[in-house]
Amino acid sequence: MSVTEFRLARAEGWNRPPVIEPGGEGELLEVAMGPHHPSTHGVFRMDVTLDGERVIKLKPVFGYLHRNHEKIAEGTTYLASMPYTDRLDYFCSLTNNWAYALAVEKLVGQDVPERAQYIRVILAELTRIQNHASSIGFLMQEMGASGTPLMYAFKEREKILDLFESLTGSRMMCNYMRFGGCRVDVNAAWLDAARKVVAGLPAFIDEFEALLTTNEILMARCQGIGILNPDLAINAGVSGPMLRASGVNYDIRKVDKYGIYDRFKFRVPLGDHGDIYDRYMVRVLEMRESIVILDQALKDIPAGPIMDSKAKIRGFRPKPGEAYGRIEAPKGELGFYLISDGTGNPYRYRVRPPSLINLTILEDMCLGSNVADVVLIFGSVDIVLGEVDR
Amino acid sequence: MQTVEEIKAAIEAAVPGARVEVILNPGPAAEHSLLLSHAQASDIATFLRDHPAYKFDFLSNVSGVDWLDKEISEKVKVTKPVTKTVDGVEQTAEETVEETRKRVEPGYLESVYHLYSIALRHGPLVLRMRTSNRTDQVEMPSLTPVWRSAEFQEREVFDLYGIRFTGHPDLRRILMWDEFKDHPMRRDYVEPDDFEYEPTPHDAVLKRAQEHKSREQGI
Repeated sequence: MSVTEFRLARAEGWNRPPVIEPGGEGELLEVAMGPHHPSTHGVFRMDVTLDGERVIKLKPVFGYLHRNHEKIAEGTTYLASMPYTDRLDYFCSLTNNWAYALAVEKLVGQDVPERAQYIRVILAELTRIQNHASSIGFLMQEMGASGTPLMYAFKEREKILDLFESLTGSRMMCNYMRFGGCRVDVNAAWLDAARKVVAGLPAFIDEFEALLTTNEILMARCQGIGILNPDLAINAGVSGPMLRASGVNYDIRKVDKYGIYDRFKFRVPLGDHGDIYDRYMVRVLEMRESIVILDQALKDIPAGPIMDSKAKIRGFRPKPGEAYGRIEAPKGELGFYLISDGTGNPYRYRVRPPSLINLTILEDMCLGSNVADVVLIFGSVDIVLGEVDR
Repeated sequence: MQTVEEIKAAIEAAVPGARVEVILNPGPAAEHSLLLSHAQASDIATFLRDHPAYKFDFLSNVSGVDWLDKEISEKVKVTKPVTKTVDGVEQTAEETVEETRKRVEPGYLESVYHLYSIALRHGPLVLRMRTSNRTDQVEMPSLTPVWRSAEFQEREVFDLYGIRFTGHPDLRRILMWDEFKDHPMRRDYVEPDDFEYEPTPHDAVLKRAQEHKSREQGI
């Protein structure tokens, strides 16, 4: 096949949002949803054009929380950016740490000792569970279930944050990982506490599901709304639970096998319809799979050092070169692209934010639906503005 | 996955007129990249996305990079005639002297694309495009028609680096506000001194605040 034939194989503009002509006689209404709106998870604006109740145009507006994180990182040393990565997606600071550490380790060819790898997996999966639980809680909040499901999620999240606090000293801004290992070791008491929390998680998810999964209101509001087809999802760079809810089997833990993920047995839940309900369900099932990984990791964690003895901490100057490291963060593919020019500061430091790129198809999902559903569709994407705007 | 050299050969065979250059990455990651010619970039991208052997259907990351003008000093060996007086007789002889010469390599803006294949589960393939300079010729073809995920990311590169992506459906600022003039991620960006200062300015900030104030009063 020649390039021209490839070009003709897909209709022109197939990956663009459709243009919807207003029907009826009334005037169009332009609504600025946000930046201060309870449903926007922070300061984010959607300029929505409405024809009655129907959305015919939607333009997201970003930048209210922009602080040029990338520029700040270029002006400081590699290690000094580690605490800043906590502030990207402040719900999942430990996975942000891991993604950055992974990229730098790739840049300098650094190994990570066994025990540190296990600690990283344990913390990342705990992070995933608390992120998914609270994101479902927020989704229910936006559906009108004021507070109650969210508080159920936060009750469990609190136990996990207590674990983070006792290990790293901070509930959310953990600043825990280092290039070539972790900052402090876990002790037997912490591991026991973690086992206890993990042992309690299945009961929490069962309860959560009993209240929500077959809830009539939830099903009525979520099924068949905000459908994203897999072709467009791939083309638009959507990643994480959003992509898998559309039925695309792509989990970076399975594909890249970064860290030690090839040692654990776990399944990748997939959606069928790509609607809000599938996204909810994929997150619930992912929490269950995370518990499976946690059980294995907490059982197998070996003794040993938590920092590679060859890891350089002072005078850290990678040789010129570049690297792109990515992990499966709870919200999607979180990547760091680093270019080194041989000095102590990165020449280029780029964050690939899953939250921002998952919003690319927000308009496509919302067009034609009611304005009340926009809030739900937006909530099902699961974003954090600290990462969207950087 | 094939090596970048093999992919380069395949591109040049399939896309007429395409010029592709392999840029080596000296670091341990060894992710080498392909520098694309502007005119055929869209065709090359379509080829990489749709060819059954590559199927790079997932554009993960787009980043801008700013490379400043580089002053390179090289030692060049120059042979020139030298007149010497040997035993009272003037002689002209050829002699090789080392001279340090300076030349300026023009800077450019670059955008880097990281591709993965979800269908075949390989990657990353790194593509790059470069502008001719950093000032007036900052156009580059947009890959958004091929991969939608470039839409916001190219807008961001435009906003922060000032690369103009031709063919982008909606090229507006994304993170900075529309009235903003400069491109803050450029290496030689200077912060404007008319922003709102902190309540207790000190050191360099205080100096700039005073300068700004005196200039305003002068006007």
